[in-house]
Amino acid sequence: MNLKYSKDYQRFREEVRQFIKDHWTEEDVAANPQLSEMAQGLGSSPRTDERATAFRRAAAERGYMYRHVPRAYGGGEQAPDPLKATILVEELKAAKAPVELMSQGPAMLVPTLLAHGTEEQKKQYVESTLLGHVRWCQGYSEPGAGSDLASLRTSGVLEGDHWVVNGQKIWTSNAREADMMFALIRTEPDEPKHDGISYLLIDMKTQGIDVRPLRQMDGDAHFNEVFLDNVRVPRDSVVGERGQGWYVSRSTLKAERALIGNASMARRTFDGAVALAQMTQVRGRPAIEDPVIRDRLTDLESRVLAAEYNGFRLLTESAKGHDGGLAGLVTKLHTSTLAHDVSKLAMNISSDAAMLAPGEEHAPFAGMLVQSYIMYYALAIGGGAPNIQRNVIGERGLGLPRDPRR
Amino acid sequence: MDFGLSEEQTLLQDTVKRFAQAECPSTRVRQVMESDDGHDPALWQGLAELGVAGMTVPTEHGGAGLELLDLALIADVLGWAATPGPFLGNAMATTALCASDSDAQNQWLPGVATGETLLTVAFGEGIGEWDAGAVETKATGGKLSGVKSLVPYAGVSDALIVSAMDGDGPGLWAVERGASGMQISALTGNDQTRRVSRVHFDGTPATKIAAGRTAADRARDVGLVLLAADASGGAHRCLEMTTDYALTREQFGQIIGAFQGVKHQLANLACDLEPAVSLWWYAAHAFDHINDKSERHAALSKAHLTDLYDTTVRYAIELHGGIGFTWEYDLHLWFRRAMFDRAFLGESSYHRRRAADLAGW
Repeated sequence: MNLKYSKDYQRFREEVRQFIKDHWTEEDVAANPQLSEMAQGLGSSPRTDERATAFRRAAAERGYMYRHVPRAYGGGEQAPDPLKATILVEELKAAKAPVELMSQGPAMLVPTLLAHGTEEQKKQYVESTLLGHVRWCQGYSEPGAGSDLASLRTSGVLEGDHWVVNGQKIWTSNAREADMMFALIRTEPDEPKHDGISYLLIDMKTQGIDVRPLRQMDGDAHFNEVFLDNVRVPRDSVVGERGQGWYVSRSTLKAERALIGNASMARRTFDGAVALAQMTQVRGRPAIEDPVIRDRLTDLESRVLAAEYNGFRLLTESAKGHDGGLAGLVTKLHTSTLAHDVSKLAMNISSDAAMLAPGEEHAPFAGMLVQSYIMYYALAIGGGAPNIQRNVIGERGLGLPRDPRR
Repeated sequence: MDFGLSEEQTLLQDTVKRFAQAECPSTRVRQVMESDDGHDPALWQGLAELGVAGMTVPTEHGGAGLELLDLALIADVLGWAATPGPFLGNAMATTALCASDSDAQNQWLPGVATGETLLTVAFGEGIGEWDAGAVETKATGGKLSGVKSLVPYAGVSDALIVSAMDGDGPGLWAVERGASGMQISALTGNDQTRRVSRVHFDGTPATKIAAGRTAADRARDVGLVLLAADASGGAHRCLEMTTDYALTREQFGQIIGAFQGVKHQLANLACDLEPAVSLWWYAAHAFDHINDKSERHAALSKAHLTDLYDTTVRYAIELHGGIGFTWEYDLHLWFRRAMFDRAFLGESSYHRRRAADLAGW
């Protein structure tokens, strides 16, 4: 075990630092307040300005961004190296410079196109997606097909040169801002359920698409319902083979990305909870002096540290070309449960101020606390509900039998 | 950056595990448990030949000169196998000695390195007092007076490293086997794989080996990390045993591992346990390399892992049903070790309180 970066990596870090200094000025930082860590995180796909686009393009040319994407499609084309990837993210964030866009298009569609797309599809969509010119939403879930995604029913029928699509998608993040949707559509109704699905690219401006915001329990409307009524999609919009969409959609990210255990949310919330406990006076004394709060904080801190070090461990495994096994399979369930538990403690520390809605003057952390407490419920469900994760851990990690499937 | 085990470390762990599987199956564990002193010299000598006894003894004294992480990887395996014996107290005493004066090192360490000499620590007093700065045992004119509770393997050790106070404050003293005025009473613990005694000192001749509390604190931190590693190994074993059981036991016409009620509980245990391994790895590494994080991480990892061990054992017994509660079935060997790991050197809430204090909160 050696927790220092070797000389080569330190030199790489210096090079990256210099590159950022040369390409992202103080004025750029001031002009892009949305490039805070928060805004660059989950799901959001801001229209980025020209300077950010130019920076991303230069960073990709230099091999500093979109390292897994070939140069022909606007990527950096570098060998997988999780340590370099980590250094890049650390330096970009520290300098408040643009990081790679991580929304659904770059994170999910691009790897899929690279693995299964035609040359035309790659040329048309990869670079424009990486730079944020084309924004995507993901049309997977349906009202009757959440965790059992393969039972989806939205249909596509080939009529001449077009697929005619009818049905409904739900929980569609950012559908109102998106230019395009990558969707799973049942095109072969007579095949077994996993074999009758195609992966389609659908222009959101096509006639017959109706997007309705879906108001969440926190009052916000991040998700949408998307209704498709005789939507005509060009025949060549299928990615991969017709009827093979289920398998196309399974194409995963490079190990470089997928394996980095993400404890950062839990860490940020934990640090916030400690700060809150130090500044909050409850019944005449600082909350941090309450022995129960101190016990709960140190208990949760152990779990936050375990999650962080587990991330280091997976990073090391990944650098050696290993998949991390059980330690990797548990990451999502572990970190999402942890984020919830930490933010629940922060709510407890806030005492009765926790009942105030975001926007109320005395709401803890200007309402951010309540907002994240509520959003962690969505994060636990998104990308596989906790009980689905438990099945994966039990079946793939511990070798227990699969659930009965019809 | 490399957060993982080296090839040598993996090899070491595999070697000790193979030894434990061959030489220390549960039948042997049970034999040692039923013996008077809970010590099997042949088993200990076998481990010593693999380098277990002298792992952290400096090379100039004949040891392997390795680090706490190497030793903790062994503790992990011994916890997995529920190996009985004096490993823990011996390792703590060795650390105390290494952090002390050189004459005593010359006297004891070469024997420790080969496994011929066995040391232990007498740190605890009364109920729940493990702090070297708060002990009541007194040292006056080279003689000790006081009572130490929960001393591991006092009866078979060649020397005891004792925390006590003299006119200069806290310090450590060495007491040789058979010293006058020393009375050892064996206690019946819940975990018969690791024995403890109460030791009375009444004008017992002793040699001061360290002034101040640093050496005692270092030895305690080693103990905390080794307990965390033992808990980790033991909890993994319980998870393995229960998974195996869930794959063979049939009820309602199918193996119980197919039921989500069972599968999800096992997944939850794995989900908490797997990341926690990295916590004691880090604590062990910090002991040798990251001074400012060493004490706090030792406390956090002991509290966290021994709590997890407790939870794992509880679900393991529940998932086994009645068979898990029988004497014949082996599960209770680990259940008892979990009780030891949680209580020895101070309970979880005590160490979490210390960790909060150490954070300056």
